[in-house]
Amino acid sequence: MTERQHIVVTIIGELANVRFVDKRITDSANIEDLGEELFSLVTQDRMKHILLNFLGVEFMSSAALNKLITLDKKVKEVGGILRLCCLKDEIMEVFVLTRLNRVFDIRKTEAEALRAFGAES
Amino acid sequence: MVEPTWSWTLHRHMPSSVEAGHKQIEQLLAALTSNNWDGRDFFHVQMAAEEAMVNAVKHGNAEDVNKSVEVEFKVSKDWVYVRFRDQGKGFKPELLPDPREGEYLHSPNGRGVMLIKEMMTRVQYNHSGTEVVMYKQRNQPLPSDQGE
Repeated sequence: MTERQHIVVTIIGELANVRFVDKRITDSANIEDLGEELFSLVTQDRMKHILLNFLGVEFMSSAALNKLITLDKKVKEVGGILRLCCLKDEIMEVFVLTRLNRVFDIRKTEAEALRAFGAES
Repeated sequence: MVEPTWSWTLHRHMPSSVEAGHKQIEQLLAALTSNNWDGRDFFHVQMAAEEAMVNAVKHGNAEDVNKSVEVEFKVSKDWVYVRFRDQGKGFKPELLPDPREGEYLHSPNGRGVMLIKEMMTRVQYNHSGTEVVMYKQRNQPLPSDQGE
């Protein structure tokens, strides 16, 4: 199992509820490690659904968006669903400007996102 | 545009590494805070500086240790100036595909230049595509705000 330094994971059945340790997710040596930690949830831990909770994340660059797109592909390959929640306004604006809000299922609160998983699991 | 009265400036050549770039950007962010920049405007400058720095280091200089990146920042109460110049082959930003269209929407790269354009007040590349100069004016709506 990949040692996790950048995410904290709570397992709920087939769902991995993920929070980020870093307040700023930028293009650095850490972004590759973060990507591996996220991907391993699907490829090693066999999680089907993933919720990324952005509470506390103040900044993310396009390098982080790239990792999320790759993660989304991996989740879809196993028939799962990736959802995002709790994005601060400025980060939500990044998704809108890039139109990635049309690619990702983004919910305002964790409770709303969890309910959506419950309805579909 | 009348040149603003800058309260803080930085001009130096840095190694071609993202870590070195982040050290410069940290200083820019501290200067923004000192000049009471916050919220959305602060975020936009941070995003544009981050993306331009990564472009210069990774795509421009290909992280070549024998090359450097020239960095210049200026901050005032209402304006920010950001300039990066690399020693790479350059590129034509107008030839990049729009990452919001078609198959590119799902591509895991190619959004940095678009985000810079969307978030800054004015962006200009030199003819060879090795230098980007950008300005941000505080409390000014973006083109994308028109649709709100």
